Amino acid sequence: MLKDEDRIFTNLYGMHDRTLVGARKRGHWDGTGDLIRKGREWIVEEVKSSGLRGRGGAGFPTGLKWSFMPKESDGRPHYLVVNADESEPGTCKDREIMRHDPHTLIEGCLIAGFGMGANTGYIYIRGEYIREREALQAAIDEAYDAGLLGKNAAGSGWDFDLYLHHGAGAYICGEETALLESLEGKKGMPRMKPPFPAGAGLYGCPTTVNNVESIAVVPTILRRGGEWFAGFGRPNNTGTKIFAVSGHVNRPCVVEEAMSISFEELIDRHCGGIRGGWDNLKAVIPGGSSVPMLPAATMRDGAIMDFDWLRENRSGLGTAAVIVMDQSTDVIKAIWRLAKFYKHESCGQCTPCREGSGWMMRVMERLVRGDADPAEIDMLLDVTKQVEGHTICALGDAAAWPIQGLIRHFRHEIEDRIAHKRNKRAAPVAAE
Amino acid sequence: MSLAPDLRAAIEAAKHHHGGPRPAMLEALRMIQQDHGWVSDAHLEEAAALLGVTTAEMEDVATFYSLIFRRPVGEKVILLCDGASCWLNGGDAVRDAVMARLGIGFGETTADGKYTLVNICCVGGCDHAPAAVIGRDRKLVGPLTADDLEGLLGEDAR
Repeated sequence: MLKDEDRIFTNLYGMHDRTLVGARKRGHWDGTGDLIRKGREWIVEEVKSSGLRGRGGAGFPTGLKWSFMPKESDGRPHYLVVNADESEPGTCKDREIMRHDPHTLIEGCLIAGFGMGANTGYIYIRGEYIREREALQAAIDEAYDAGLLGKNAAGSGWDFDLYLHHGAGAYICGEETALLESLEGKKGMPRMKPPFPAGAGLYGCPTTVNNVESIAVVPTILRRGGEWFAGFGRPNNTGTKIFAVSGHVNRPCVVEEAMSISFEELIDRHCGGIRGGWDNLKAVIPGGSSVPMLPAATMRDGAIMDFDWLRENRSGLGTAAVIVMDQSTDVIKAIWRLAKFYKHESCGQCTPCREGSGWMMRVMERLVRGDADPAEIDMLLDVTKQVEGHTICALGDAAAWPIQGLIRHFRHEIEDRIAHKRNKRAAPVAAE
Repeated sequence: MSLAPDLRAAIEAAKHHHGGPRPAMLEALRMIQQDHGWVSDAHLEEAAALLGVTTAEMEDVATFYSLIFRRPVGEKVILLCDGASCWLNGGDAVRDAVMARLGIGFGETTADGKYTLVNICCVGGCDHAPAAVIGRDRKLVGPLTADDLEGLLGEDAR
């Protein structure tokens, strides 16, 4: 288990003072100016050596992402954009950072901003998070008053301004280019890539978009060293990670743990076990609604909660939002609900996603009732493959994957339901 | 009724804070809604004129985002979470209980104008599922149960 002294977020539960005074007592904003004076290259190298992979879902190496930003400005400003549009169903981790430990994020913004040559940062926070916005704005104001933001921020010699921007209820704005569109005052519809944001992002300027957690861990990584962070977890899956566990566990929770913790340890140690005991486990969505579910057998067979293990098992760590389902769960209905969600949230820009998400939802709806032909299962699977990888952004993939996971692991349940429905329909005839 | 002077000033200020009239549109809509509960045609037009954008541009943005209300809503808007974790933990029963207690369905407002009920995808309260957020400051409440809605409705739960 992660020791208390190795926790980055020491106020995740809001039990201590979240103001600047409290944050400083817990070791934040300590020597920030000195860290920045070590230079941009040192910062990027240290983040690279820590092995930090993006915490927003895709798991792209953060240091590498920063290194894509131009070394010298060609006259255009550089921007840091923090993705705080936490909307992936099952995910509630960034919220805790923002409302209870906001200074970790603000200090991270300054350092990351310097690390990519940006004098301006935007935090895009989702519309539902009003109290989190207030907490964050209060912390930003404190930081300005203390000289930690603005001109010569934290005595570093670097000027850095940080702005909050509020979304208004659109899941798609969590996609980085849709988020940039929204920041610019447009409808949040994803852009074609390339160009990637590092080349042409916000207002056509070099931009890097990072998740809240990815940025908030950086100051501690620099203070304690990339080596320290890399000491947790398995190679290529390093660091501490905030897991959000919900669903059928005895105590749902948000907890910072070492990456690559086993699923059983995560559940037993922090969540009081599976509701009704381990034998009552049916399936787990290990990384937020977009990743395919895994059956109990896989999760109990030494499942490791990290990017690579879950990918090898044809799922993903995603946002580390672990949704646990026990034997009472109608998994077909669970996935139909997700299909409905993606249909609602598709921005409608690409045909495969706009049409496909609705089509998939309607077939799923019939599968819930068993009102289908067994051949339709393969047809549905085929359609998910037609959507996957054929859209501008990953929402199409996200709509396809949960259904693929369901068919891969619970095909028998779908078939049984269809057969049951048919038998029931046939029964009165047979009785005659 | 036109926008209050301080709100007009805040919209003007947003133009600078957010880097121009367009990026300030969503913020202007949000501020109007924070004060009035929803965004009327008149207010939308007034804000557009203040920012120097067309009404159509403003409407384009307003209608894309589901949390900008273009119709009158009750005093308190309840955003009832429709997410996976809330459903797994008995969200349907809570939904039915709230609907029965208030006598309204999704998208409707109580006759006394006190509550509007909206279903929303995942409010990020999964560790408190089933969860909802209520009011203009979007207070998170949960875990809710069908038998006890007091955390959500206060004395109106009875």
